[in-house]
Amino acid sequence: MSDKHSSKLEDSTLHGAARAPYSSADFDNDVDPKRDDFDEGLDLPDINTTPMYVNIGPSHPATHGTFRIYARLEGELIEKAGVDVGYLHRGFEKIVEHKQYGQVIPYTDRLNYCSGLSNNVGFCKAVERMLGIEITPRTMMIRLIIMEIQRIMDHMICVGTTIVDVGALTNFWYFYNARDKLNELLEALTGARLTYTYTRIGGLAWDLPPGWKENVKAAIKEVPAAIADVRGLVEKNRIFQDRTRGVGVISAEDAISFGWTGPCLRSTGADLDLRKVRPYYGYEQFDFDIPVGANGDAFDRLMVRIAEMEESLRIIHQAIDRVPDGPINIDDKRIMLPPKEKVHTSMEALINHFKLIIEGVQPPPGRIYDATETPNGELGFYIISDGGSHPYRIKVRPPCFYTMNALKFLIEGGMVADIVAILGGLNVVAGELDR
Amino acid sequence: MKNDSARHDALVQNLRDRFASAILDVDRSFGDCAVTVERKVIHDVLAYLRNEHRFNLLLDIAGVDCANLPSFRERFELSYNLYSIPEDLRVRIEIAVPELDMDVPTATDLWKSANWAERETFEMFGFNFVGHPCLKRLLTHHEFVGHPLRKDYPLMGGQWCTATSDMTEELNEPR
Repeated sequence: MSDKHSSKLEDSTLHGAARAPYSSADFDNDVDPKRDDFDEGLDLPDINTTPMYVNIGPSHPATHGTFRIYARLEGELIEKAGVDVGYLHRGFEKIVEHKQYGQVIPYTDRLNYCSGLSNNVGFCKAVERMLGIEITPRTMMIRLIIMEIQRIMDHMICVGTTIVDVGALTNFWYFYNARDKLNELLEALTGARLTYTYTRIGGLAWDLPPGWKENVKAAIKEVPAAIADVRGLVEKNRIFQDRTRGVGVISAEDAISFGWTGPCLRSTGADLDLRKVRPYYGYEQFDFDIPVGANGDAFDRLMVRIAEMEESLRIIHQAIDRVPDGPINIDDKRIMLPPKEKVHTSMEALINHFKLIIEGVQPPPGRIYDATETPNGELGFYIISDGGSHPYRIKVRPPCFYTMNALKFLIEGGMVADIVAILGGLNVVAGELDR
Repeated sequence: MKNDSARHDALVQNLRDRFASAILDVDRSFGDCAVTVERKVIHDVLAYLRNEHRFNLLLDIAGVDCANLPSFRERFELSYNLYSIPEDLRVRIEIAVPELDMDVPTATDLWKSANWAERETFEMFGFNFVGHPCLKRLLTHHEFVGHPLRKDYPLMGGQWCTATSDMTEELNEPR
């Protein structure tokens, strides 16, 4: 396949983003990924076996979501595999054609439910560009901070559960202590712990609660200790390295051909990150690096995520003191609801409120594709407006749909036990995959 | 910031030079660039963009049912969303597909990501991707009847699908 793909690795790493201190090349002397000394000294006779067909899933404790792998096994080896998805298909794209633009935001929470705020921001960013409005500097900075908090939380779940699946439970609880502190922040901000629905088209639902910035500073002090604990336990751990290094290897060319984005693509060495390539919300003013891997295996996919958590912490450290004062919502009566106290006291505000609730936001006719760097990769919304209050069509471009497409490619030829190590590192979230 | 507008101009000019009258329309609204081409040249256009202009990432394939739009060429439309990582440029290539003849050449030989993207578009709208290695329903059940994202498919209601799907086709698909 690679000869058909003219794109070279150098092409895809042109943006010159600085490398993080982490590089998986540091470990090259530790373990040979192709080491095969399990049966050294054992003279096992060849047993005449017939292929065995097994179903892994749809409901399996190690898949974190419902999807089914149908595999033909030759002993412990996966000879052929087929992947079946769609068990969580809820018709997102059909439902939202019958909703107003503002009513779509709660549905986006249910895409990647490990980082609902990133999806909220991604959708609002697309509609705002369609409306041609510029949100306030304060809202930009708040959205940036909550997206980075969500990135840390999403990566904690992905890394934590994957390490659980390969047999180390403790790390999960180390991450969960710190993650709970972050979740308390978002609970204070939005009132929810999972489906936040915090952004609005043109602004945010509420301003920051009192003392929130101080709480953020206190909470993110807990995260480096958790990362250090986990790193100390797994990074140079022989068992962990044996389970993940050289497992599910994919080259950068293949990953790009499969449509990979986000940390999974960066683990192969390509440093595509929309926060650097196309900065939005002022990402260009912050000093942070894009961690990339070297081998594109399950180990790199996890370590890139851990390194990204540290970069997100750097961004939050810099951003939290730079939240400007001012309004959070734009001043446009066609988009933002008037304040509640005015609705109760002024006729004009009441009419404004009524019209906006009934008619909703109405972007001009046209088509737009807008992409956001969410924890999993590029989340895109392709929106077609016919000028009415309901979107004519919304096509979601979910990042993990395309990483999951490569699962067959990754697991064939490997061991059954490798499936969980590979699947966890891809961070496939069924809500986003099946929509 | 890179000048997208000028680079889109150059790209559109290149496409016009190469494919002449097969380029039907160019939509530059909201700063995006969407080029409508004739259906019979779609595979050539995609291959040209991938090989000559380094559009190495096929981000998405979106189907559209245009039945309720004020104006349209044909009932259905396909939109290929391309991104060039080395050039940092996005473009959408769109084709109109009539309701009674929905054959479209597959793009799976160009990008592996087209595999599931085309399967999803097939089940949601009914496009027939000629040459696709395994054109089966992906997100809906294999007993499901109809194409749910068509505008004439009702929002409410359900279908009772019970049989376990036989996955031999997926199993035997080449890696």
